[in-house]
Amino acid sequence: MSSIENIYKPYLMRVEKITNEAPDVRTFRLKFANPEDAASFSFKAGQFGEYSVLGEGESTFCIASAPTRKDYIECTFRRVGKVTSALSKLEEGDTMSFRGPYGNIFPIEDWKGKNLLYIAGGIALPPMRCVIWNTVDLRQDYKDITILYGARTVADLVYKHELQEWTDRPDIKLVTTVDPGGETPDWKGEVGFVPTVLEKMAPSSENTVAIVCGPPVMIKFTLPILSKLGFKDEDIFTTLENRMKCGFGKCGRCNVGKVFVCKDGPVFTLAQLKELPQEY
Amino acid sequence: MSMEIKSIQKDSLDKLFNSLKSRGNLIYAPVKVKNEVQFDFVEKFEQITDDFIQTTQSVKNSVFPKIETLFKFVKTGKEVKMLDMDMSLIPEIVIWGIHPCDVWGFDSLRAIFTWDTHDMFFEKRMDKLTIIGMSCAKADDYCFCTSVNLGPGSTKGSDVLLTKTGNGDYIAELVSDKGKALATSMPDVFVQAVQSKKEDFLVVVEKRFDSESLIPKMQKKETFDSPFWVTNSLRCLGCGACAYVCPTCACFDIQDEGYGARNIRFRCWDSCGLKQFTIHTSGHNPREVQSQRWRQRLMHKFAYMPERNKVTGCVGCGKCSRACPVDMNIAEQLQEIDQKM
Amino acid sequence: MDSLRRKAQQLLESKEVDCIIGYNEGSSGNVHAGFITTPGQAEKLIFDDRCKQNLGVYLTKHEVMRLGKLAIVAPVPVMRTVLILTYECQIVENSVKVLGIGLDGQFLDFNEYADIEKYLTDHCNEHPEEDKKLIEKISAMSVEERWDFWHETLKPCIKCFACRQACPMCYCVRCQVECNQPQWIPVQSSELGNMEWHFMRAMHLAGRCTGCGDCGRSCPLGIPVHLLTFKMSDVVLDNFNTKAGLTIKEPSTLSTYKANDKETFIR
Repeated sequence: MSSIENIYKPYLMRVEKITNEAPDVRTFRLKFANPEDAASFSFKAGQFGEYSVLGEGESTFCIASAPTRKDYIECTFRRVGKVTSALSKLEEGDTMSFRGPYGNIFPIEDWKGKNLLYIAGGIALPPMRCVIWNTVDLRQDYKDITILYGARTVADLVYKHELQEWTDRPDIKLVTTVDPGGETPDWKGEVGFVPTVLEKMAPSSENTVAIVCGPPVMIKFTLPILSKLGFKDEDIFTTLENRMKCGFGKCGRCNVGKVFVCKDGPVFTLAQLKELPQEY
Repeated sequence: MSMEIKSIQKDSLDKLFNSLKSRGNLIYAPVKVKNEVQFDFVEKFEQITDDFIQTTQSVKNSVFPKIETLFKFVKTGKEVKMLDMDMSLIPEIVIWGIHPCDVWGFDSLRAIFTWDTHDMFFEKRMDKLTIIGMSCAKADDYCFCTSVNLGPGSTKGSDVLLTKTGNGDYIAELVSDKGKALATSMPDVFVQAVQSKKEDFLVVVEKRFDSESLIPKMQKKETFDSPFWVTNSLRCLGCGACAYVCPTCACFDIQDEGYGARNIRFRCWDSCGLKQFTIHTSGHNPREVQSQRWRQRLMHKFAYMPERNKVTGCVGCGKCSRACPVDMNIAEQLQEIDQKM
Repeated sequence: MDSLRRKAQQLLESKEVDCIIGYNEGSSGNVHAGFITTPGQAEKLIFDDRCKQNLGVYLTKHEVMRLGKLAIVAPVPVMRTVLILTYECQIVENSVKVLGIGLDGQFLDFNEYADIEKYLTDHCNEHPEEDKKLIEKISAMSVEERWDFWHETLKPCIKCFACRQACPMCYCVRCQVECNQPQWIPVQSSELGNMEWHFMRAMHLAGRCTGCGDCGRSCPLGIPVHLLTFKMSDVVLDNFNTKAGLTIKEPSTLSTYKANDKETFIR
């Protein structure tokens, strides 16, 4: 594959499986059209790529599957813009393209022997799903794994079958919540915004790292609560979603201060974010 | 690299041109069009002018074209095929009569396109360039090359730098190996150097600020947070004129053209000054107001690039200030920061 | 000019307005927009032949709006801009204080927008003579010649959007050129795409152009794009006998229907 030379040239991918997650939210399982590409490809949790229907442009999402699951990658997206609309029209068996992996990684090696607290809101579970499964697949390396996941309504919760799987596992604690008014009569989870539920849960910050991902407003109210619970800025991780085009620090779009989110991120600790101008 | 100095007699400059042309080079040189001077591909020596201070646009188009096709693709039914561009079609180009500031612009572009990941398109085009620079005998008060460690006779980046002397002959400094080889191959054009001092024929460009002192100031948090940016950018309209004429601005967009027979993915110029540049699909915009975008432009050049790429992202040509419809004068603003911060 | 400065000073002293948008001395013999917020700065206001920018563009700019209650130094095209923006609900009637500058260069103290309407009834700006001649020349061309003319003229456009950004009427949060579902107009600079962009803009300005000429003046490459919008004004005047921005009571020509409108364009 000449992408070694032409950094803009993507891999061709076959859409192997499409899962409807929530209204307008889909997960694609993608396989490399060219087996040699599959053999040479590897990535780590936290990295992202540029997904595309040729002719319609590229769109940036994190790789949503875990690197421990070989042979395929998955992405989850909501149909909003031009590219995601085009992706939504694809059927199983269709061809699309993918460029990546780009960006840095969640330091899961450093987290060994620690408790992990994942906090996600809405469509921000997908960028975190990769690292969740990665650490769950290496379960013995970590102590308690807690996942707090919230969405506006029950229908908006993504990966419903996996949420069930996590609920059923005794070695994972999953708390799901929906915004007030978003519950259904048979809803058994929490009702309330993520920060409120987190405050009620009051997880210990002792030997724990928190990984937070969600809409800006959720992040804004969640971070102070984590600080109150005693989490140090170095132990709070998030992944930024700045607009990107190239993926390798050239096009200028994701430049925040001296960093390029696509090269130096997308994973940052709160301590690192505090060093950056608030342009994310 | 030690520099060799030769001279070219005034009536043998056309010989240089014709030899370069006959070797199959395209020659990109300043020509007069209506009331302006702009770089264009020229066929005849007579088309070229050296009577200008600055062209409106830079020459970055030669290595970073407005539109660069990245690859082609063909869709037949459900099958998709991608086709590489034939890079061997990139022509050898001689950039003729370009001023030292514009020449050094290539260095900033190189910093952007080759740090960490190398951009093939830029590098291939850059390899094919021969740069014959021309020292400046004229300047206006938009020029501030001396503030950013350059000067009207700076040889940095040129293969050959010409300086016109009082009698019309040229001092030819052979800066690079490419320049030396060129001179060796044309001994009747590049003749023994005459005894004249280059400095006598250069314009004096006033130093507005000192980039050595400015850069650390730009990197201070207080500068970033200063109300200076809002006050000084209220009149900025948020267009891309400054970025598009700039020799070093390299922000781009990637787009597809998927209709009809022309199925291509390409990159095209973009600008951090435009509101849409950073906007998320959700509507959230990390740089929501114009002052943030104006700050980004200056910070990128004078704070981020010096730290990250060890170069200043500005060559002091003043093209942006001349092109600005509302007189956003970059040198004036940088000078103010240097004095106040 | 003294009366303008005195008025400006008085408005700021009495806190009737928080900021005066006017013209200041700029760099290298240029003038540029100035935002005067203290009575002491009123001295910096100038008005002369160089003061051509349509300052009305700042009335919809967020960071300027945040400065508080505004006054604006307004030659005739700016007066018309204020009236159009009022009609189009971008500003509230009489909310922006208008410091008029008449066609003769005299300061005009308007109390309310009705006074501006009155002034404009017999003091409207005309296209400059040289532009009139150019428009005549282009209009006299055959369709093919005209196509070639614009094709060549717009070819160098780099799509920096200075024309759009300089235009007070181009205040859309999302311009049509930025809409991509579908992508009506290519993002990049390209020969046909450039024509599509400028023609689309001209159409959106038809019946709304105040004739300030800022789109053309702002072009870094000197492309006379204002001739397109000027021509549109002529077409609207010929067909509907209206000029944009002379009143806040009448909606813009192309967004209204009148029973006696000519319909000769329907073939």
